[in-house]
Amino acid sequence: MKQYTYTEKKDTRSGFGVGLLEAGKRNPNVVALCADLVGSLKMDAFIKEFPERFFQIGIAEANMIGIAAGMTIGEKIPFTGTFANFSTGRVYDQIRQSVAYSGKNVKICASHAGLTLGEDGATHQILEDIGMMKMLPGMTVINTCDFNQTKAATIAIAEYDGPVYLRFGRPVIPVFTDPDQKFEIGKAWMVNEGKDVSIFATGHMVWKAIEAGEKLAEMGIDAEIINIHTIKPLDEEAVLRSVAKTGCVVSAEEHNRLGGLGDSIAQLLVKNTPVPQEYIAVDDSFGESGTPDQLMKKYGLDSENIVAAVQRVIARKQKA
Amino acid sequence: MSVDIQKLENVAVQVRRDIVRMVHACQSGHPGGSLGCTDFFVALYFHVLNHKAAFNMDGKGEDLFFLSNGHISPVWYSVLARSGYFETSELATFRKINSRVQGHPATHEHLPGIRIASGSLGQGLSVGIGAALSKKLNLDTSLVFTLHGDGELQEGQIWEAAMFAPHNKVDNLIATIDVNGQQIDGSTERVLSLGNLKAKWEAFGWDVLEMNGNDMQDIIRVLELAKSKAHKGRPIAILMQTNMGHGVDFMMGSHKWHGVAPNDDQLAAALLQLESTLEDY
Repeated sequence: MKQYTYTEKKDTRSGFGVGLLEAGKRNPNVVALCADLVGSLKMDAFIKEFPERFFQIGIAEANMIGIAAGMTIGEKIPFTGTFANFSTGRVYDQIRQSVAYSGKNVKICASHAGLTLGEDGATHQILEDIGMMKMLPGMTVINTCDFNQTKAATIAIAEYDGPVYLRFGRPVIPVFTDPDQKFEIGKAWMVNEGKDVSIFATGHMVWKAIEAGEKLAEMGIDAEIINIHTIKPLDEEAVLRSVAKTGCVVSAEEHNRLGGLGDSIAQLLVKNTPVPQEYIAVDDSFGESGTPDQLMKKYGLDSENIVAAVQRVIARKQKA
Repeated sequence: MSVDIQKLENVAVQVRRDIVRMVHACQSGHPGGSLGCTDFFVALYFHVLNHKAAFNMDGKGEDLFFLSNGHISPVWYSVLARSGYFETSELATFRKINSRVQGHPATHEHLPGIRIASGSLGQGLSVGIGAALSKKLNLDTSLVFTLHGDGELQEGQIWEAAMFAPHNKVDNLIATIDVNGQQIDGSTERVLSLGNLKAKWEAFGWDVLEMNGNDMQDIIRVLELAKSKAHKGRPIAILMQTNMGHGVDFMMGSHKWHGVAPNDDQLAAALLQLESTLEDY
């Protein structure tokens, strides 16, 4: 197992804030919009540097999406910022018609996704957003795994022409990816090469997959860990190549098991090379209040759950 | 600029012919609001808008128009074709398979003149604000026009946008509301009354004008007045009184023709009232 270490923990949303500032410096057409959550979205640095390119929308997310769509007419590259719940479910029709169907170059940047939002509870913990966004034709869907990757992804999506949903989170987590990485949309990242099982992880689950990989290595299981940061378009080649080697899959995401990364992988495999797959995901339920760690444990999204899923899926492979 | 009102009125008659023929040909679509807003569209595209002959999605350096109540697409398509954005022959494909002339306006078919999809109501004012903000950032002094139905004002997003524009001095935006008093299920008064629209928009901070949307002279006067009020710190709203179905006597003033196509006899009766002034497509 390749060694991953970290010297600090940071929140992915701060990576977004730093990336947004950098994207703004690189391209004067980059503008930012926020629905009364500037501090939570870490937009302060961008606002300080480019006050004329920031638009405070107020608590009116539908209006924010529409304004962003309109701003692309005139070549602006709008980044909208609010919580993932208010970035998707609340404004699905606005995104569908004014952004996706209209093919507008809007970057929908969503913080506080999933259970790890924590104490605010289920009203704010969206677990359906990846599914909703990936169903929109033409929408790119990205869920980043640490500060550095989120920063790099934010810069990369500014350079890409088309609608993007960028999902990140609230808690501080290990910073373990390369600070100077070049983020390639749609290109999976090989975290660890292995031969016994393919673990495809996204977002906060990537570090948990690494923790699981270490435990598995101690048990003599050689896990391949691949970070699928771009859920759509899915890096089909990377998935199929890995599965051809390992013959079984565990998918890991902080999302409902319905409609997320696991389903994208399952759909690809069932068409090409059906193999046993286990899902690490929320089992079709809402969340609740609690600390991020308590919630991830209670809803089965911990490294121990990944280890158990790997054992189950390898047993299924051996039976087949 | 001097205005040839007669010429504009002639175009409007032809556009009304186009509308009833388009809707009849596919036996679907929305003739009522289209006929009611015909004079406004003709005035806008043939006199008021400074628009370039060649279509560019970014619309830099020209006035822009967004149709928020996308269901009145027949009038927009006819006027776009009649003002040179695409061949009038394409109007015959309205709502038919493999057409750029979709039931509701769409961009992915690349029909010149359409810069955003609309149909799901309430979104166009936000889009117009966005385009207007873009113009300000680009130091582009041209204007943004939007059109909305009065029933559409029942959508909450309209009021989010209505609150935003004055607060942010989006004063390069002229939003027109088609006040025909009708919606699918009946009169707006009965379905969900809109109250005093002038007082509402003024209370939100807009500069509010009123016009008769079926009087070409008045439309030109008020749209010119609206343009003269642009860039003065406030967005402009125009409450435009129209008759739904205007120009075809049996369609006028009733919500029944909101989304119903005429049959062969009704088409013939309508066309008798609208003698061709330009060539039929």
